[in-house]
Amino acid sequence: MPRKLACLVLALVTAASLAASWLAPAGYATQFREAPNAPPSRRHLLGTDQVGRDLFSRTLYGTRISLLLAPAAALVATTLAAGIGGVAGFLGGVPERVAMSLTNLFLSLPWLFLLITIRALLPLNASPLASVLATFLMLGLLGWAASARVLCAGARALRTSELLLQARALGLHGPRLFAVHVISNLKPVLYAQFWISIPTFILSEANLGILGLGVPEPMPSWGTLLKELEGVTSLTEQPWKLAPLLVLIVVVTSFQLALSRQEVPL
Amino acid sequence: MRRKIARHLIAITATVLLGGLVSAVLVRISPGFAIDENQLDPRLNAESLRALRASHSSEANILRFYAGYMNRAVHGDLGISHSLGQPVGRLLRDRVPVTGRLAAGGLALAWTFAFGLAAALAAVRISTCDVLAIVLSGILLCLPAAVMALLSVLWNAPASLAVALIVFPRVFTYSRNLLLNSYSLPHIVTARAKGLSKLRTLFWHVLPSCAPSLVAVGGISVNIALSAAIPVEALCGVAGVGSLAWQAAMARDLPLLVNVTVLVTLVTLLSDAGADVIGYVLSTREN
Repeated sequence: MPRKLACLVLALVTAASLAASWLAPAGYATQFREAPNAPPSRRHLLGTDQVGRDLFSRTLYGTRISLLLAPAAALVATTLAAGIGGVAGFLGGVPERVAMSLTNLFLSLPWLFLLITIRALLPLNASPLASVLATFLMLGLLGWAASARVLCAGARALRTSELLLQARALGLHGPRLFAVHVISNLKPVLYAQFWISIPTFILSEANLGILGLGVPEPMPSWGTLLKELEGVTSLTEQPWKLAPLLVLIVVVTSFQLALSRQEVPL
Repeated sequence: MRRKIARHLIAITATVLLGGLVSAVLVRISPGFAIDENQLDPRLNAESLRALRASHSSEANILRFYAGYMNRAVHGDLGISHSLGQPVGRLLRDRVPVTGRLAAGGLALAWTFAFGLAAALAAVRISTCDVLAIVLSGILLCLPAAVMALLSVLWNAPASLAVALIVFPRVFTYSRNLLLNSYSLPHIVTARAKGLSKLRTLFWHVLPSCAPSLVAVGGISVNIALSAAIPVEALCGVAGVGSLAWQAAMARDLPLLVNVTVLVTLVTLLSDAGADVIGYVLSTREN
């Protein structure tokens, strides 16, 4: 039951964010200069921000960016993990030891320190769209290590299985054996790792955004929307400012609840 | 035991060497490297400009640059921060104790509440309280660390409380699972059935059986607390290593940023290695 509810919530939030162009009363960058910091009203369902932008519209567009790009980053990370961890576990021996040492080294680097270091390397003069893509691509390229370890263990278990022994006896070797039998049998693990990575990347982008190192203005994302909380002096007077945070909590919780049954054991 | 310690030492050395190489490469390829503002001095003639360029050309080779960088680092010279105009070594010396106190305070608070709650719930097993605690830790897990820092500023709460709330859900979840697993072990079920008091069961049987895993969680929690230091210090205005890293990132000050990252990685590796060795000693004693 909680899983079905979580999937329903995710479907609704995703659908609403995809329909932002129709549902949102204004563009994400449209300013109502006569109404900065306005409270919720019929015109602005969640009020406006400090520069008069409609918060409901920005939440919808921000949700779309985070919900589309976090899975894309998770796909990049899972593909890398399958390439590094899966191949290492399948080959065994020295390649496996080298790949796992690299993975362990990568895992020992503090995630947020690593992210802000690499983010600081990105050019300052990139367009907002390029910066958004670069931020999520960076998350995908750096977030493979934990999944690689799990996939390596899965591929190692398969290496000595009857199934692969028979496939080898039938003459299947190398990349074909890996693609046909190892990857197809690792699909449940790959799926679980992909699903686990999404909320991690959503939260990482939110952290980067609040620190001013994520998606640049005027583009909205959950990070930039939560950054607005910096200007709030009292939550009891402006509780509607917490709306993006509530959406984030609901979505991340839904991802975690939807995941619990997805982790099909190998 | 010796082999375990040796393995950790090798891993730490490899990380430092690799981290140094990555740092050197990042600094080398960063925008503005090898550009000396003296080159803009109109009083310099062509020969002086050539000499200035030649002095930087020795740094063009990344490996040579890396060797020089490591040599200077070994002698305590971590370079000069471009944004703050001060030696990186001095900046780190001033700020490490601040972050240490913040992380230690946060960890102490988090462990007291998380482990206390997990132990109480595992021993008493009131399903309503269990569900409430799981929901609370679930909500805290869904909050970005930076939001926790913002809320602590808004409510005038101490920064160490924000770190504690970031660490709490992880420690609580792991501790609760470990304690529940231990309580289901046959010898502990027998001890409880024979009427051993709850406190005695916890201290004599449950804790010794899950101590090695708890120590490992302790090692991980240091990593979480240090990662939380960036948003908490940056947003709560604490002058520690985290806020230094954030300032460096905002100012694209790579020499400072990579040195901070290598230092935090070293601390993380040392805490992981320490936890692993202590856990190994405890598990061999338990066996």
